[in-house]
Amino acid sequence: MSEQGPQQVNGLQGPAPEERPRPTGRRNSQGIRIDPEVEAEPEPRRTVISALVENEPGVLAKASGLVSRRQFNIESLTVGTTTNPETSRITLVIEEPEPGIRQVEKQLEKLIPVISVQELSADAIRRELVVLKVHGDEPDKVQAVTEMYDGTVLDAGPRTISIEITGDEGKIDDAIDAFQQFGIRELARTGQTAMARGDVWTTDIEEERYERMHEDWRKHDQQ
Amino acid sequence: MSEQPPATIEGTEDEPLDGDDPIPTPVSTGAGSVIRALEVAGVETCFGVQGGAIMPVYDALYDSEIRHVTMAHEQGAAHAADAFGIVAGEPGVCLATSGPGATNLVTGIADASMDSDPVVALTGQVPTAFVGNDAFQETDTTGLTAPITKTNYFATDSDSVGDTVGEAFAVSGSGRPGPTVVDLPKDVTNGPTEKEPGEPRTPSTYDPQTEADDEAVERAARTIERAEKPVILAGGGVIKGEASAELRKFATEYGIPVVTTMPALGAFPEDHELAMEMAGMHGTGYANMAITHCDVMLAVGCRFDDRLTGGVETFAPDAQILHVDIDPAEISKNVEADVPLIGDAGTVLEQLAAEMARAPDVPEWREQCQTWKDEYPMDYAAPEDRPLRPEFVVEALDEATPEDAIVTTGVGQHQMWACQYWTYRHPRTWVSSHGLGTMGYGLPAAIGAKVAEPDRQVVCFEGDGSFLMTCQELAVAVRENLDITVAVLNNAAVGMVRQWQDAFFEGRHSASQYPWVPAFDKLAEAFGAQGFAVHEYDEVAETIEAAVAYDGPSVIDFHIDPGANVYPMVPSGGDNGQFALSEDQL
Ligand SMILES: Cc1ncc(C[n+]2csc(CCOP(=O)(O)OP(=O)(O)O)c2C)c(N)n1
Repeated sequence: MSEQGPQQVNGLQGPAPEERPRPTGRRNSQGIRIDPEVEAEPEPRRTVISALVENEPGVLAKASGLVSRRQFNIESLTVGTTTNPETSRITLVIEEPEPGIRQVEKQLEKLIPVISVQELSADAIRRELVVLKVHGDEPDKVQAVTEMYDGTVLDAGPRTISIEITGDEGKIDDAIDAFQQFGIRELARTGQTAMARGDVWTTDIEEERYERMHEDWRKHDQQ
Repeated sequence: MSEQPPATIEGTEDEPLDGDDPIPTPVSTGAGSVIRALEVAGVETCFGVQGGAIMPVYDALYDSEIRHVTMAHEQGAAHAADAFGIVAGEPGVCLATSGPGATNLVTGIADASMDSDPVVALTGQVPTAFVGNDAFQETDTTGLTAPITKTNYFATDSDSVGDTVGEAFAVSGSGRPGPTVVDLPKDVTNGPTEKEPGEPRTPSTYDPQTEADDEAVERAARTIERAEKPVILAGGGVIKGEASAELRKFATEYGIPVVTTMPALGAFPEDHELAMEMAGMHGTGYANMAITHCDVMLAVGCRFDDRLTGGVETFAPDAQILHVDIDPAEISKNVEADVPLIGDAGTVLEQLAAEMARAPDVPEWREQCQTWKDEYPMDYAAPEDRPLRPEFVVEALDEATPEDAIVTTGVGQHQMWACQYWTYRHPRTWVSSHGLGTMGYGLPAAIGAKVAEPDRQVVCFEGDGSFLMTCQELAVAVRENLDITVAVLNNAAVGMVRQWQDAFFEGRHSASQYPWVPAFDKLAEAFGAQGFAVHEYDEVAETIEAAVAYDGPSVIDFHIDPGANVYPMVPSGGDNGQFALSEDQL
């Protein structure tokens, strides 16, 4: 404690801010050190994250709640069971700069019911399904466009025709554009599901699980 | 944790009960197995408030030797459990009923989540058949708490509920600690079961990495050896990971100055010559100079919160960051790590020490740090004829209590003065609300801390605003005869808000001044605690002496200088190196 001038509300001393030396470096808003001359912010990139999760109540809510509260930019989220009835796969399409993608992976991984998380490579198989309901005035033309996109007519009546198209995101977008001419009354898209291509496991832990499951089956068969 | 053998049940034929062991609660219902699970986990104390949906659990608790501290408010129960967890280093347990009981816990759970404190909350729930029907006192507790827990559980059957509680306990306390919630529908707790819960275990999907990769350790060690201006930034993870000894050894062996984050107060002795103390918004000038100008930062168990970093653009802009954390998600979340070292704080520090071939050769840097300490001393003017300075009160209480006394605080200016002017020398002596900044944390936290460490002195700093939020817990302190000393730094204002209004809102004091403040000494007396009021410097020492000597809870209402402000200050998003020493420098 020091006894200083009675008017001084605050006794702190030292060189004022403008008198202090300043470091030369700088970081960007992501906390990455950068060349202060070049203001580079990382570009967002669209990618697919696959998460294998325990099939328990609340897991989807936990995953989707996480994505929304951390403001991850998400294009779609789909979920379904796997070969193992105790696990589900959540497939997320996100658009984030690199640090954001790593955060999505790591934050998902932190959820206790999440078993494994992986970003899929660019060549992964990605599929989405859309159901479109268009006006039924020109059935022949609708049929022709449907065939162009390898689609299926699910229901045709005097007033409406419903069509299913499956494909990657670009194909679905194109198809929707093409059907626009008939007047799309309603549209439902599933969001993308995806799987690693070729002899690669979608999430790394699956190989181990698969082997274990088959081991169990073999034992079962032998008995 | 998952490798542990199943529980042996004490008091069975194979292991007769010895005299000192608590008598295990018999399991005949889900509720019994919940309490038994707590006993198996070694829980001796819990905090809570009764209510309809949790009554079966309380009924089972009636037979248990677990001590239950009945709190005035569930928020108090959560904070008490949180402080218990901080001080004891194992999860604190709190109980509440469904609906309002559970929602009242929410603030405390969020607080524990932000500060990675181990807390297990058990909440009653309406019977399963009523769930989803807006039944009396129904609330979606797992939904409400999902974003603020490490994980939560909705119990579904009486046979497994004990193991679920065990898992909640294990998850809460391991890896990066955090709160967990088990929601207990009444039919599950009332339902019959004889199943004894096993030892607490974490699920197979949870397996934190404790040892950093060799390659990263090697790179980090080489970087430190070659550093010219190295700094260690110690975070709360050092305390949670019980790594204070390793930290001290590492810092002294290699001669590296140590800066701490706010939750890490006590992780490194502040009277050590290498101690630069707390950095960040209200950190010391020298700590902020050191982190701004370092070229290598070994950050251990911290999450680069914005109150520490200021604007990330100007945070340690020349530094290579070597980031040790048990939670991989913290690596490169706010500030990019040049070398990620995922693992347990103490283990990784030992790995690093084993890999270091030599100390960095940095006598000039150490000298520079010392120069900053001399240039920017933490000082204040305290003329006798002026109103009482809060810093003086903090120092006087520090002087009047032993080194291992525990400090708890509310949130506001008083909390910052408690950071700045108390000298922390030991881990687990500082208990505060950092990440959430919850006003009213101090008193219930003091109760939790005192229950955890009955032989240590507990001092609670509160503001007049913050204290009003939970002062009803004085009833509990009196009922349990807890010898704690509450110092209310009373400036008749929500001072921190008033300070910001002066600095950033042209002095427009919207809803920040109290035209009238209760007499906290009399309030204390009404609760049955000892009350004191202090206005003058010459009353400080003797009043503190009397309050500390009083065997039971006491409250000192310190009428401090209403104009006192907290400095140094880095405004939010600002440059740490440009900290202001007074308002005109902002
Ligand atoms: C529950 C809660 N509500 C509001 C705030 C916002 N807030 C932060 S500090 C502060 C002032 C606290 O006043 P007081 O307890 O008197 O302490 P002082 O700053 O005067 O020391 C307020 C209102 C908060 N942190 N927590």
